[in-house]
Amino acid sequence: MIRTRGLTKDFVVSRTETVHAVRGIDLDVAPGELVAVLGPNGAGKTTTMRMLTTLIRPTAGSATVAGADITSDPATVRRNIGYVGQGNGAGHVQRAADEIVAQGRIYGLDAGTARRRADDLLDALDLRPLARRKVSDLSGGQRRRLDVALGLVHAPRLLFLDEPSTGLDPQTRANLWDHILRLRAERDMTIVLTTHYLDEADTMAERVVVVDHGRVIADDTADGLKRTLAGDRLVLEVADDGPVSPTTAAPQLAELVSRVPGARDVSVDGRTVSARVADAPAAVPGVVVAASAAGLTVATAQAIRPTLDDVFLALTGRSLRDEGAPPDAVTGDDPLADPTATTTDPQTRKDAA
Amino acid sequence: MTTATLTPPVTMPTAAPAVRRSWFADVWLVMTRELRPVVREPFSVVFGLVQPLVFLGLFGPLLVGSVGEQGLSGADVWQWFVPAILVMTTLFGTSTTGSNLQYEMQTGAHERMLVTPLSRSSQLVGRSLKEMVPLTAQAVIVVLVMLPFGFRADPVGAVVGILMLAVLGIGIGSLSYALAIAVRKQEWMFWVVQQTFLFPLLILSGMLLPLETGPAWMRAASTVNPLRWVVDAERALFAGDLSATAVGWGWLAALATAAVGLVVGVRTIVRSTD
Repeated sequence: MIRTRGLTKDFVVSRTETVHAVRGIDLDVAPGELVAVLGPNGAGKTTTMRMLTTLIRPTAGSATVAGADITSDPATVRRNIGYVGQGNGAGHVQRAADEIVAQGRIYGLDAGTARRRADDLLDALDLRPLARRKVSDLSGGQRRRLDVALGLVHAPRLLFLDEPSTGLDPQTRANLWDHILRLRAERDMTIVLTTHYLDEADTMAERVVVVDHGRVIADDTADGLKRTLAGDRLVLEVADDGPVSPTTAAPQLAELVSRVPGARDVSVDGRTVSARVADAPAAVPGVVVAASAAGLTVATAQAIRPTLDDVFLALTGRSLRDEGAPPDAVTGDDPLADPTATTTDPQTRKDAA
Repeated sequence: MTTATLTPPVTMPTAAPAVRRSWFADVWLVMTRELRPVVREPFSVVFGLVQPLVFLGLFGPLLVGSVGEQGLSGADVWQWFVPAILVMTTLFGTSTTGSNLQYEMQTGAHERMLVTPLSRSSQLVGRSLKEMVPLTAQAVIVVLVMLPFGFRADPVGAVVGILMLAVLGIGIGSLSYALAIAVRKQEWMFWVVQQTFLFPLLILSGMLLPLETGPAWMRAASTVNPLRWVVDAERALFAGDLSATAVGWGWLAALATAAVGLVVGVRTIVRSTD
């Protein structure tokens, strides 16, 4: 469905300065996949997506999207994909239903089919009561659902979602995802999305591509990434009032923990013993039983699964939350007028040429 | 939460139909989409009339007072002033239309259109052609409003005159869109440039005061202002002087503005997406 080789985009900021937004990305997406592209702001996610959707031309490299080359045959690419950008696709002075019908007509549907599809999507995305409402009168979440409807009206084989839920409250996000996943199941669609919400990539995507500084630094299932790059953590606490005093009990427990498969980084802090292990939940019963046999009382046990943030930390030494967590204020207020400015973050990607 | 589902994929082709629509059909789609809000809220057309009506209401009487002393009757002054106000309406309405596109660039609506199969050029041409509709409606309103004040309009001349304004409006609208796209990285530039051009064009067209009484350099400068030729043509047309040479020059100026506007506009939108 998507195949890129050495996809590169440089933005010439001035005569002495070039921003290397995307540096040689090789990416293959098979039909039917749901892929999340994850990375901090300015990692090159959006620039990559803008190249794949023919909004900007790559500086170097090539990409085939939905069967056509993005540089030599952008028209075919555009006909075969759906795109939900970061902003709101519907014109603010238009009415919601009008825009869906117009979008269908633009993609070559006849008037009757376009109206039928619009009706279906209004129902599927809970927009029916808002059909005749002006887009400017819709709430952020309603507009976002309308954006998704616009991206789906022509039943594309491949759907691009650029930060589909940024700025939405958790309930609206979950709701939007219900809709997207159901439509995907019905239509056998390939979906590529960018996000800086870790939990979104974690729970929604079957495959996570981590991008940083314009490069792909990891590409696996969320579980696979966590297993290979971060690992589980086991945290145990010895009892204060056990038969053995905590100061001797804790090191003894640490000794037991270090025999757990895959154990490393075993550390003791007061009564607390923590370690990285291959499979923390499976390790808890064994450790507790062994401790009991050795006369140690385990007061609490925690099996902590890694998050994608741990993965990112392991990959880059930086936390994704530092820059990714605060949502970009309110969605829609984000000025998108300048395609290059919104995708470049001087903090992370400015390189003197 | 709805339990409704989409119709089964029987009617859902996996790819869009392979039939390519003609460029004209693309233009038509863009234009009808742009017109829909105008049709839905026809009153919006009236807002564009505030400025011309201010000039008619506040500047017109002054003009009657000052020019009238030189031998023109009040009715004759309206005969001279109202056709010019129609050109002003066109100028104000279409030169600001780029700001609508600026807004769509901010919200993401423009970007959405750029990813559709609509050709870039059809997106600009369709938008520009749409300008004809509100400006025609506005011109008709101004003419109707002024009839009770003694303004006389030759019916055929009025129709031809409004048609000429429509052609002029396509050109100015197109240039306005081109400007919006060209300055998209510094949005405030749009109004700086628009205002910088607006008033010199207005004054050097002889819209408000006759150029004949101005210095020679102003009259020379006005010859390269297409609006001046359109203003002259409109005055002749509304007076019923359909065969005046001024009408020929007016058409030439309007058509040249439209041609230049569309070429500049299409080049700008095509180059904007790199």
